Amino acid sequence: MSGHSTYQPQSPFMQWMERRLPIASLVYSSLIAYPTPRNLNYWWTFGGILSFMLVVQIATGIVLAMHYTPQVDYAFNSIEGIMRDVDYGWLLRYLHANGASFFFFAVYVHMARGMYYGSYKEPREVLWILGVILFLLMVATGFMGYVLPWGQMSFWAATVITNLFSAIPGVGDPIVTWLWGGFAVGNPTLNRFYSLHYLLPFVIAGVVVLHIWALHMVGQNNPTGVEPKEEKDSVPFTPYATVKDAFFIGLFCIFYAWFVFYIPNYLGHSDNYIMANPGQTPTHIVPEWYYLPFYAILRAIPNKLLGVCALGLSIAVLAFLPWLDTSRVRSANYRPLYRQFLLIFFAAVLGLGYLGSQPPEGGYVIAARILTVYYFAYFFLILPLLGLFEKTKPLPSSISASVLREGPPAGASAPPPSGATS
Amino acid sequence: MNPTMNHRRSFIIAFALAASVSGLGMRTASAQEADAPPRQQWSFSGPFGIYDPAQLQRGFKIYKEVCATCHSLKLVAFRSLTDPGGPGFTEAQAEAIASSYQVTDGPNDQGQMFQRPGRVADTFPPPFANDNAARAALGGGLPPDMSVLAKARSYEAGFPWFIVDAFRMYQEDGPDYIHAILNGYADPPAGFTLAPGALYNRYFPGHAIAMPKPLNDGQVEYTDGTPATVDQYGRDVAAFLMWAAEPTLDARKRLGFQVLIFLIVLTGLLYFTKKRVWHAVLHDPEIEKR
Amino acid sequence: MTAISSAEPTRRDFLYIATATVGVVGAAAALVPLIGQMNPDASTIAAGAPVEVDLSPIQSGQIIKVFWRSKPIFIFNRTANDIKLAQDADWQSLRDPAPDSARVKSGHEQWLVVIGICTHLGCIPLPHQGNYDGWFCPCHGSQYDSAGRIRLGPAPLNLYLPPYQFISKTKIRIGEDKTSQA
Repeated sequence: MSGHSTYQPQSPFMQWMERRLPIASLVYSSLIAYPTPRNLNYWWTFGGILSFMLVVQIATGIVLAMHYTPQVDYAFNSIEGIMRDVDYGWLLRYLHANGASFFFFAVYVHMARGMYYGSYKEPREVLWILGVILFLLMVATGFMGYVLPWGQMSFWAATVITNLFSAIPGVGDPIVTWLWGGFAVGNPTLNRFYSLHYLLPFVIAGVVVLHIWALHMVGQNNPTGVEPKEEKDSVPFTPYATVKDAFFIGLFCIFYAWFVFYIPNYLGHSDNYIMANPGQTPTHIVPEWYYLPFYAILRAIPNKLLGVCALGLSIAVLAFLPWLDTSRVRSANYRPLYRQFLLIFFAAVLGLGYLGSQPPEGGYVIAARILTVYYFAYFFLILPLLGLFEKTKPLPSSISASVLREGPPAGASAPPPSGATS
Repeated sequence: MNPTMNHRRSFIIAFALAASVSGLGMRTASAQEADAPPRQQWSFSGPFGIYDPAQLQRGFKIYKEVCATCHSLKLVAFRSLTDPGGPGFTEAQAEAIASSYQVTDGPNDQGQMFQRPGRVADTFPPPFANDNAARAALGGGLPPDMSVLAKARSYEAGFPWFIVDAFRMYQEDGPDYIHAILNGYADPPAGFTLAPGALYNRYFPGHAIAMPKPLNDGQVEYTDGTPATVDQYGRDVAAFLMWAAEPTLDARKRLGFQVLIFLIVLTGLLYFTKKRVWHAVLHDPEIEKR
Repeated sequence: MTAISSAEPTRRDFLYIATATVGVVGAAAALVPLIGQMNPDASTIAAGAPVEVDLSPIQSGQIIKVFWRSKPIFIFNRTANDIKLAQDADWQSLRDPAPDSARVKSGHEQWLVVIGICTHLGCIPLPHQGNYDGWFCPCHGSQYDSAGRIRLGPAPLNLYLPPYQFISKTKIRIGEDKTSQA
């Protein structure tokens, strides 16, 4: 990271500023001159996409908050007021609601990239754990945000998820009452969820700063898993990574716009357009799609407390990934057996997601249990053993060597291809 | 090293495994089953679909003459009847419609609530003062408010529809359901026990609906030559209710088209910019030579 | 670095400039809904529609207060004496000069319709108080006469006139004036 250009203030004003608050040089060294591996593929653009989506959610959320009323008799109607009466209200609401789905889609891709390329391994353990914390914050923020429209799904999701805490022996019920602020989900619950839903995105922004700081301390991983060694292995972040991120954000926005403008209610549940009725539970309570795999795991375990523990563990286990995976090779490109198990893992998560949307009956339950066993076996059994026994492919000697277009592996001499010589 | 073939095969194996495991539980009969509503043609479906003002006016007529007896439309204001992308009533027509309703206002100087003719700024007054009054008048059933009903009703289309529908931009599950319910009254099949007070409907979950058949052929007069059948009534009122639930649909799709064109242009430019910026790195003769 | 021909920079620069321009246009367009949503929404605008007031119950000498667009509107059924005092005042020497005829509708001189917000700092002045047969503002002591003109105290301007018109001899519509030219 040393040896790259540093910011030299040109104007007298910037020299004055730099001595007092060196923001310009910080931006320069982190976002402009910052050395980035030259072989990053498009899976690495999702960090930028996530930052973009965080800004979109905060911006749309703040303006929506100018029109929303967090009171049980007015919440639902205030959102309809946004949809019908506020200038561009419908657009802001659909951007925010679909934005949550796209935020989660991006984070799942981002996490999958990390798992595939071993980005959680030494020295990036803290970076990864900060990421798990960010994911947990997102889960909490999304859950509370979904309660705010005070539809049937909002209310009953709040009831079911807060009731999870009653599984804790002894203190469970008092905790739930404390969470509710009453004897059931009601107006106090709605108000506090609104307050926290407004707060948590800014906590997320703060942890993102830590996440990027931790990243910059160790540098990006790359598809080979081999750290940059020579200067040729890296390129400055701007314009190389910037323009790649911008292009993929553009593609992502096309995908996003498809949903916002043409199928804005596709990812939602029609029951949430019915005002909350504390006296009647909908026939099928389902969370939003991004929680479905965890919901399936929760329902797969027949015991209430163990089900809740499995739910918590299914996310918490991610934090231990750097130590559960015993392999010294990072990238799945060089670990063929690991790759197979990982792809089955992704498929299992998708399968659990589908099962989470179905009623917990008959064959669906059996399937969910099988996939849940695989989910935990992957982390606690397969990963530790793989590292000890698998045969990995030989790694390239460097990033630059890995992008050789033709010729033998690094080390052997080869005739230069026809063309200019320097 | 060309892992593409390996990648493809691994993906297929993995997904086949997961799909077969998930598919272990095929659809089991549940108490809330109903026939899936047949899909209708709607003027507002698809990326360029918009409302047909004439249809919305017919649908409004049906709502006003039949449905409004029991169903409220509390979130719809009379002024929205003149908004672009809607039924297209004039200001005068909207004022006339508004003033044909009596709206509760007050308290007056004597401290009492009173009734007055509606104004365009008002919302549709409900037929019953509150839910309890509705239940008492209708023997226990509660007719839902219809302001967002067309978005509050759907049906499970199953696999692979939930993937295909995203590409076909299918958002008309509510109107399809409403049309089906209105046309779905039939005699219960042999062996079906109907709860007392309920009626058999092919498309209502559980097949037992509390609402008596609201529409019959010829019940509402159409002055523009449209056939006055229950099937047509179902289409028109479902379209009107879709407008009531989503009045900004026309504007949304129009803006969507502009935004998508813009994004495609911008992304294209970014693509070529990326290619141009990376050219020197990707075709670095130093690397190619080693 | 490979040699770059003189034609290349123009093409490359054009691409970069085009991309940046389109990007800036997009960013500006994205601001439109974010800023526009703060405008009064359709229900607020609808609630600000003109209000009709029936003048017949108002007694001679009485001042009533109605609201239009959340603003208090004073409607003053002026007695002959009120009108005389307003018309006889030396209006050209007032702080905000205005003849009485400019404060009322011709043919309806007995009716004064003013926005009841003190033009000093926005309090609602009290009717039938002060030395000028009009209003007295308790916040900082401004006094208005029977034509709503500022006579004493710190307020700089006369009480504002809302747009209104007579739709019959005894009914006015506040918020709309399709008749007046001035």
